[in-house]
Amino acid sequence: MGKAGRSRRSPRVSTCDTSIVTSHRILGTETEYGITVQNEAEFNPVLASSALINSYAGGRARIQWSFDEESPGRDARGFGFEDSMPSEIETGLVNVVLTNGARLYVDHAHPEYSTPECFEPREAALYEKAGEVIIARAAESAQMLLAAGQRMLIHKNNSDGKGNSYGSHENYLLTRELPFGEIVSHFTGFLVTRQIFTGSGKVGSENGRPATHYQITQRADFFEEEVGLETTLKRPIINTRDEPHADSAKYRRLHVIIGDANLSEVQTFLKLGSSSLILQALDDGALPEPVVLADPVAAVRTVSCDLSLRDLLALSNGRSLTAIQAQWQYLEWATKYANASDLPEVYGDVLRLWEEVLTDLELDPLRTADRLDWTAKLSILDAYAARDGLEWDDPKMRLLDLQYHDVAPARGLYHRVVASGRMQRLFTDEQVEHAVSNPPERTRAYFRGRCVGKFGSALVAANWDSLVFDIGEDSLKRVPMMEPLRGSKDRVGDLLDRSDTPADLLRALGGDDG
Amino acid sequence: MGDRERKQIRPEKDQSVESDVATESAVEGEELTDRIDDLLEEIDSVLEENAEEFVKNYVQKGGE
Repeated sequence: MGKAGRSRRSPRVSTCDTSIVTSHRILGTETEYGITVQNEAEFNPVLASSALINSYAGGRARIQWSFDEESPGRDARGFGFEDSMPSEIETGLVNVVLTNGARLYVDHAHPEYSTPECFEPREAALYEKAGEVIIARAAESAQMLLAAGQRMLIHKNNSDGKGNSYGSHENYLLTRELPFGEIVSHFTGFLVTRQIFTGSGKVGSENGRPATHYQITQRADFFEEEVGLETTLKRPIINTRDEPHADSAKYRRLHVIIGDANLSEVQTFLKLGSSSLILQALDDGALPEPVVLADPVAAVRTVSCDLSLRDLLALSNGRSLTAIQAQWQYLEWATKYANASDLPEVYGDVLRLWEEVLTDLELDPLRTADRLDWTAKLSILDAYAARDGLEWDDPKMRLLDLQYHDVAPARGLYHRVVASGRMQRLFTDEQVEHAVSNPPERTRAYFRGRCVGKFGSALVAANWDSLVFDIGEDSLKRVPMMEPLRGSKDRVGDLLDRSDTPADLLRALGGDDG
Repeated sequence: MGDRERKQIRPEKDQSVESDVATESAVEGEELTDRIDDLLEEIDSVLEENAEEFVKNYVQKGGE
């Protein structure tokens, strides 16, 4: 199986090996969507999520996700779940690998979309937006399976307001050399204070937390630890899951679970771009000193509930600062790092946007309502409350909050706000549409997506770091993809174009030993 | 940290992110105020009908 990996470094597709060094910039997101079927007494979110996934794009891309990279054959069994009632245990089987290199599946009781591996944060924001379109279309198709009077509604949010939360995770590839302790000491303060521009806004509080009218993030009520492995209980600010889906001797993947799902394209870009820059600076030893909060867990909620953005956060050195002041400091470090590094141009856009947003937040948070979900939502709520004389505890306020996140363009209030010209976009509909069907071109997601599109019928299993083909021979053929930058269009585009059959492709890759 | 000089860290402003915005860009403040009522009316037309019922029935399982 090593042969296939080596052969992709054949002279015609190779680029210089320095490209491998920049692997640590690769990133992607996973989003769990809220799902509900109205007027269904027996509503089962697992069944509904399964129906949604299976309604997308017919059977062409139905390829099993392989959970065991070492023994793909064992997992490469058929998948006739449509005749059975999927239970939560079986939901691992409801998995689709898409032609854009993404993964669409049922996780717990939610439909989930993982972007393909992206080369930079604008691309990651684009593929996350493409996921919303995919989910919305799948829900529309699944609607046809429902009884008259029933409606499937999908929300890109993170909580039901009743103490149940589901995640929106970011993934950043880092070098293995970066000690985990460094991540904890440097990145915790960043994550706590970035909430001022990563929140999607929420009416009220939950999970036993003190009452508040409105807070910046959906998730702050759910964080109880500084560091830990959990994602469903006692959620930690820094999650220790260490599953790089790549060569683990070279890489680690930081799994960030504290973010909100954002509808705003600009905000998604800022969240991913600023975080990626800080992590790259940390990975390259360019962050001078950690901003160490005296009580980071308490600070998560302090920041989320402080709409004035003026509350001081105590530092362990006895000083204190506001979340905005901390972010100015991180921006300063990121700018210095970027100026001294050879980063893709897109990071210049990140720095400019970051600065504009901090400037506006400092003047008046509502000035960012054209870019950030929490202020966009707050301005709708303020205007509605003023017009109709509503109090914060009015169910209509909660409804406005929920419906902001509905992914159906006709119903979702985010979509209505964008259509009214009050909110900026980063992408055209055409760019999003392209990302719905086509993979990013600068990572191994290109190889995965193109193989699904061109040779989907011969693909029996896929996961982040391998593809398994059945070309009608005795054994299945596995193509490992342990280097996230190999499998890019530069490296394998021509080869994929020239191969008429999966057997041609495997021969060209030299992967005939499975 | 609070006394750091903010001016030093401002990146160049010649190219704002808005220049990359592909479709509608946001409109100016005054116009927004005039148009907020139109937006609220549009939201009225798509908002779920029974707010209390809807909010009560919106229950998700935890995830992640």
